[in-house]
Amino acid sequence: MLHQHLIDPQICIRCNTCEETCPIGAITHDSMNYVVAPDVCEGCQACISPCPTGAIDSWRDVPRSQAYPVAEQLLWDELPAAKEAVAVSVTSPSQNAPRAPISAATPQCNLYGPTNPILAAVMGNYRVTDAGSASDTRHIVLNFCALPFPVLEGQSLGVIVPGLDAQGRPHHARQYSIASPRDGERPGYNNVALTVKRVEFDHDGRPARGLASNYLCDLQRGDSVQVVGPFGSTFLMPNAPGSHLLMICTGTGSAPMRAMTERRRRLHNTDSRLMLFFGARTRAELPYFGPLMNLPPDFIDLNFAFSRTDGGCYVQDRLRERAGTLLPLLHDPGTHIYVCGLKTMEAGVLQALADIVGPSWPQLANTLITQGRMHIEVY
Amino acid sequence: MSSIDYSEKIPNNVGLSQDKGLQRALEHWQPGFLSWWQDMGPDGSQNFDVYLRTAVSVDPQGWAQFAHVKMPSYRWGIFLNPQQADRRIHFGAHKGEPVWQEVPGEHRANLRRIIVTQGDTEPASVEQQRHLGLTAPSLYDLRNLFQVNVEEGRHLWAMVYLLHKYFGRDGREEGDALLQRRSGDVDNPRILGAFNERTPDWLSFFMFTYFTDRDGKFQLCALAESGFDPLARTCRFMLTEEAHHMFVGESGVARTIARTCAVMNELKTDDPLRLRAAGVIDLPTIQRYLNFHFSVTVDLFGADQSSNAAIFYNAGLKGRYEESKRDDDHQLGDQSYDILTVQEGQLKGQQVPMLNALNEVLRDDYIKDSVGGVNRWNKVIERAGVEFLLKTPHKAFNRRIGSMSGLRFSPSGEVLNEARWQELQDQFLPSVDDRAFVHGLMGRVVLPGQFAGWIAPPPLGINKQSADFEYVRFA
Repeated sequence: MLHQHLIDPQICIRCNTCEETCPIGAITHDSMNYVVAPDVCEGCQACISPCPTGAIDSWRDVPRSQAYPVAEQLLWDELPAAKEAVAVSVTSPSQNAPRAPISAATPQCNLYGPTNPILAAVMGNYRVTDAGSASDTRHIVLNFCALPFPVLEGQSLGVIVPGLDAQGRPHHARQYSIASPRDGERPGYNNVALTVKRVEFDHDGRPARGLASNYLCDLQRGDSVQVVGPFGSTFLMPNAPGSHLLMICTGTGSAPMRAMTERRRRLHNTDSRLMLFFGARTRAELPYFGPLMNLPPDFIDLNFAFSRTDGGCYVQDRLRERAGTLLPLLHDPGTHIYVCGLKTMEAGVLQALADIVGPSWPQLANTLITQGRMHIEVY
Repeated sequence: MSSIDYSEKIPNNVGLSQDKGLQRALEHWQPGFLSWWQDMGPDGSQNFDVYLRTAVSVDPQGWAQFAHVKMPSYRWGIFLNPQQADRRIHFGAHKGEPVWQEVPGEHRANLRRIIVTQGDTEPASVEQQRHLGLTAPSLYDLRNLFQVNVEEGRHLWAMVYLLHKYFGRDGREEGDALLQRRSGDVDNPRILGAFNERTPDWLSFFMFTYFTDRDGKFQLCALAESGFDPLARTCRFMLTEEAHHMFVGESGVARTIARTCAVMNELKTDDPLRLRAAGVIDLPTIQRYLNFHFSVTVDLFGADQSSNAAIFYNAGLKGRYEESKRDDDHQLGDQSYDILTVQEGQLKGQQVPMLNALNEVLRDDYIKDSVGGVNRWNKVIERAGVEFLLKTPHKAFNRRIGSMSGLRFSPSGEVLNEARWQELQDQFLPSVDDRAFVHGLMGRVVLPGQFAGWIAPPPLGINKQSADFEYVRFA
């Protein structure tokens, strides 16, 4: 699925601000409309706050192959209705503007941009998957030294890879979720950690070297990295007593879950529940497997799904297995749901939740979304 | 004399705290500005907490910071778009030469005149709009008015910065004069005609921000091409704010139309009298307001043939709209342009050298842009199932400047004699009765989430705030 960025032609006043602002030329216009090219836009959101009308903040979830092309958008008088054909995506929160949980702390965003990045020092770079496994996932600790870089669990930052791209322009920032809680990887030391998987193959299994992931995974202690951010004002954790976390993730999608879990662990609070569903191909490829196993079962309810072993089990299968526990938890007004991982997991997870809850799911999902209690981040 | 903590109070990216001379000049000017704001700024509103957008830096993240602030404490910043290394003048006789970081002696007088003329419009519009807060149709609209006002104030700061920084004593004197002229004053009026007209009601305000602030956009776009780099960079940044003003206008008129159409459908009538009795502004009256504001604004582009415009262009001081996107020689020595004349009682086209017709070129670009929004208003009418088409009048209509001035035309461009004009003018332009009706409709609505009966609520809140958000908190 593609979370397609669009401009609402009924609200837009054609002022050209977005086109002027877009750092990569994804926005274009004719005498009728301003439109976003789906194959160019990277969703960096630099255009969102300068827009005087709010028309720019429009999104539709569509199968990637059916993205609205520029030529079609130029003819629109109004946005197409959000598609209801795909049953599970009706309830996807990305159709409405995402909202932060009501008890979330106020995040600071965009303190550093491409014109004024912050320089971070690498304090450590550790492999968090088994040495022999096919997946090289790294836990990279960055220190911001004397400059502030305040973060909340669930926020992300951008890394600018040095050098120029094929067109001779500086590389644009690549975004990574922060894996540390708000007081840092080591409390009080102004540092955060990232969880980065070295990309050596594309989605279809063809060899492809990920520029930023390889740059990050090869960093040595003492190296400097240009960082922008922090980003994210909705995928945040609740702070209210009795707020439960239902976390569903695969691979490096575990980073924000690790941050939230660590925050709760440091607070020692006992009145809320943590439940984690975590998928990977094999146990050896599951980041942080060892440290997770050290957490006491009365603190967090762990559920692993291994797709290459265990007879090919996915997170949605584990969700269904735990339906008895999940059903009351999903109806609990203190429950907050977080989904993070590869795009392919979103539909399966939402379908599993729909199956567990039954016919009242669309209504419940709508409540969860409007109350800022369901958050999905897939890539 | 009050002193200013420059890094805190005046967000800037011009190194203000390092420039002692400039600091002194602005320190001298600032009390005058505040006293002008107290006297001529929004009436009776100095103590309100207003949900305003403040620019604290020029990057996309930094320039839209929302919070409730009191307007006299608004942080009027000074921002220039980031400097482009190796930028070159790309039109006129100096084409290809590096842009100027200082004012070239031979262009000093012209540049000063351009900046003063632009700068004069900023406080003028604040003065024109100062009483509107008393009849705001909602808190949302009141907030939008104040946002427009503080940003006009910031644009004044931006122009005064240029005058102080680059024009020495002359510049300081011009900076003071900007605070002394008054919109509509008989003895010391603002420089341009449209900025001495009254903005007596909210329909006028919306039309003004749609049409007249769009003139601002085109002037700023033309100046953003300038070879004088600080002026170009200042104007480029001002454009992002100008967009908000046009948004207020375009959406304000659209909401007025939407409400009228809703009542037309409710009452199943298009009778202006019945609609007026129901408390909405009938579409023919909206058309007459449109005719007035459009025609007054196209005058702002100046005479159709102007040797000054040619000099400004040739000298690299002021380009055309989107100069860099045009594919001609950018010197225009042998190009011609079609302007309007009247021959034997008929409107005719006449080819003249393009260099002399640059005001007309900018005016025509402006008209094209204006028509787009009017078509979007028509979409609102069409969606409501009402049959009515708003139209921009012919550019010869109701002109006071240029070769059409003094001649009489209908909005469709038909030549009229004086008697016929007198007979028909109340059909073309808002009559005394029209203005009295609209004025009578204005009443203050200040409960969160409530709107006056003649205007529909907006589809979206500012910064995604909910419909009942308290945009303004009264003292």
